Amino acid sequence: MPTLNINGKDTAVDADESTPILWALRDTLGMTGTKFGCGQALCGACTVHLNGAPIRSCITHISAAAGQKITTIEAVTTNDKVGKAVHAAWVKHDVAQCGYCQSGQIMSATALLQGKKKPTDADIDAAMAGNVCRCGTYVRIRAAIHDAAKTLA
Amino acid sequence: MHFDAQTARAHMPKGLVALMNQAQGAINTESDAASHEGVARRTFLKVSAASGFALGAFPLVASAQGAGAAAAGLKPFEQPSAFVRIDADGTVTVTINRLDFGQGVQTGLPMILAEELDADWSKVRSVHGDANQAYADPMMGMHLTGGSNSIKNSYTQYRELGARTRAMLVSAAAAQWGVDASALRTSNGFVVGPGGKKLGYGALAEAAMKQPVPEKVTLKDPKQFRLIGKPTGRLDAKAKSSGQQDYGIDVRLPGMLTAVVARPPVFGAKLKSMDDSAAKAIKGVKAVLRVPTDRGGEGVAIVADGYWPAKQGRDALKVEWDTSAVGKPDTTALLAQYRELATKPGNVAMQADMAPLAGAAHKISAEFVFPYLAHAPMEPLNCTVKLDGDKAELWMGTQMPGLDAMAAAKTLGLQPQNVKVNTQMAGGGFGRRAIPTSDYVVEACGVAKAARTAGITAPVRTLWSREDAIKGGYYRPMHVHRAEIGFDAQGKILAWDHTIVGQSITKGSPFEAFMVKNGIDATAVEGMKEPYNVPMKLSVHHPDVNVPVLWWRSVGSTHTAYAMETLIDEVARTTKQDPVAYRMALMGDKHPRHKAALQLAVAQSGYGKKKLAADRAWGVAVHESFESVVAYVVEASVKDGTPKLHSITAGVHCNLVVNPKSVEAQVQGAALMGLSMCLPGGAITLKDGVVEQSNFGDFAVPRITDMPQVTVHIVPSADPPKGMGEPGLPPLAPAFANAIAQLTGKTPRELPFKLA
Repeated sequence: MPTLNINGKDTAVDADESTPILWALRDTLGMTGTKFGCGQALCGACTVHLNGAPIRSCITHISAAAGQKITTIEAVTTNDKVGKAVHAAWVKHDVAQCGYCQSGQIMSATALLQGKKKPTDADIDAAMAGNVCRCGTYVRIRAAIHDAAKTLA
Repeated sequence: MHFDAQTARAHMPKGLVALMNQAQGAINTESDAASHEGVARRTFLKVSAASGFALGAFPLVASAQGAGAAAAGLKPFEQPSAFVRIDADGTVTVTINRLDFGQGVQTGLPMILAEELDADWSKVRSVHGDANQAYADPMMGMHLTGGSNSIKNSYTQYRELGARTRAMLVSAAAAQWGVDASALRTSNGFVVGPGGKKLGYGALAEAAMKQPVPEKVTLKDPKQFRLIGKPTGRLDAKAKSSGQQDYGIDVRLPGMLTAVVARPPVFGAKLKSMDDSAAKAIKGVKAVLRVPTDRGGEGVAIVADGYWPAKQGRDALKVEWDTSAVGKPDTTALLAQYRELATKPGNVAMQADMAPLAGAAHKISAEFVFPYLAHAPMEPLNCTVKLDGDKAELWMGTQMPGLDAMAAAKTLGLQPQNVKVNTQMAGGGFGRRAIPTSDYVVEACGVAKAARTAGITAPVRTLWSREDAIKGGYYRPMHVHRAEIGFDAQGKILAWDHTIVGQSITKGSPFEAFMVKNGIDATAVEGMKEPYNVPMKLSVHHPDVNVPVLWWRSVGSTHTAYAMETLIDEVARTTKQDPVAYRMALMGDKHPRHKAALQLAVAQSGYGKKKLAADRAWGVAVHESFESVVAYVVEASVKDGTPKLHSITAGVHCNLVVNPKSVEAQVQGAALMGLSMCLPGGAITLKDGVVEQSNFGDFAVPRITDMPQVTVHIVPSADPPKGMGEPGLPPLAPAFANAIAQLTGKTPRELPFKLA
């Protein structure tokens, strides 16, 4: 049975090696914070971190994560300094509407800020363009990322 | 979707009303997660585990005069017991009678109730109501989230609920202190008595429950509002920003299985043959079952112990379809057919004398093409069904739980009162989750039924992939408009001959009776002509096409606003008049709300004052839909044939605003959805009966890189609130198009824009 390191814990996953991480998380482990939006890495709703880098878990098989660290939304806004700042900014700016895409948005935003202390609008565009929001919360996403960067400075 | 509440109620088929009432079921005053054993899920925020006291659990009507007439009683939607629960620690849980799918009613409705209740806002929580009759729209008599109706139709209702609850708390305190209720006041979760003594709502809740429920209540003077009108953060913000918010897709029941359905590629087609040997061999697949699909079609459900094996099972399925008996719509052929129809006389919605067209000094002859559009909410459609003998329980995010419960009962052959619908938070809807045929619910029930026949007793969740949703129909209908306008050198419009061709959304649905008159579907023509005083003849054709169609955020205005606002603009430009001044004059001395919204957008944008870069132009549009008015002044440019939107300034008139933050968010979001109609890839097309698009790669939706600056300005008003779910959408595309016309001399007549 494959083992995945998820949020710092080695977890047995009763699923085939070719199962996408997304479905191992959601269906096998019941961790439903990571969302299914398109299944083709076109929308970003499934974003998790693999060794700190954002990946689309809908197309990444669990075999690709062997021996690596997966971080999900369930931990990032509580255990991580950057994640907490992002969460606070998201709440302050009332970013979410339906909220379904926001786990993915936050994972992408957190990865951006972990790598860049003062992202420009162009940096934000590049990091966030893969995350679709049909409710159109992008204005507030941008403001929240700038605000989180400020509080982390 | 547009519903005139009184007209709707009066025209709703009596059979439908009776069936809906039957479906509503017994009073259930509790609607919280704790009552579902074994369901480890989080609903809106963490509702206090301590049981609260539902006020007025034994409702008595306090009739002060006791005039002897039969007690009128309060209707279910007026009973505080169904809407307010106060825990001993003072937590106030408000049940909302709508689906929140992003628009913010789970904060707005509690704000209204909490205002009159004088609750401590920091202690207020929010939960979804179920299919109980109490949670029907009080004007419509049915459960409905749509038509931008939630705040509009429930404003007075929720105020009265708050006031009733407050009165009962005051009565309880009065009894406890032995004073007259008139000596007491309330403040921020406390009843305050003589000498400043206080009792918290939590301490009073149990006693308040035993008070008679007053029928008549006094509402606050709006000057005393402390909550309504203040920008207020969403109650679900924390949960939605940390992965803690669950949606329909996240429901997990013990032993639950997941089904995906292989649906015919042409709507309503039948199954010819299938080879399921490879599908059945996939590890995790429990059953491969023939099931009915929408519109008389047939499909195959693969039931497995998770989405991934179910999907793999479907991928391994070999299936042949029989499409011989169904129409195979083709966009190219439809366009030709619609263009021809547009030249023929149709059903006349508006009549005017068209003789002046012939001799007019100026003429515009225009043809507009609008494609099918998919809603594409981020959460794919899903419905979980649990069958238990002669009972069933369903979990999904739905805009019409009552109708869905009825459809489920019919499909399952159960008594309506034995079907329980648990409304879940939905990841968007935009109209797709308000489905008169309850298509995905009926299908999920059919899957559960087939599973049970095959010996499966576990609950079954039917989950759609993105491809299923993009190809699954229920689109904003394709439309062609044709306009011939004659006007003089001063821009006075002498005759306007307009024809609309497009499928009727409500034909064949329970809404047909009050939406379709004289062969004209009201949802196809809403937004035409008003607010302009022009002599318009409007004709309509509703062809029958084998494509299921549905209301898509702002419905008819998605195309009528485009035609109206680009044509009006063109008349202004042709006669060398400022587009804003021209519109103001054309509205005569009426339409103060339109004028106020337009003037606000103009003033805030710098239009006419700020000098734009040489490659940029202003674009203007104003449109009323669902009784609110939005005006946009935009800045755009065109580079190498590619139009780009740089900024949007909005002027909004929606009467009194409950939560300005909600309105701002809705306008930003609706504007972007309006933009989605303009950008490349924003269309659904069909070839030989098959939808050509499949995912976000070929049905493009806007990304952060497409979002311009947006500033939202609201015209102050004290009149009872109107809605803002949809009105921000219609004027965006025409405003953008008008800027393009300023730059290129030509108005784009087709969406998405094809400039090259």
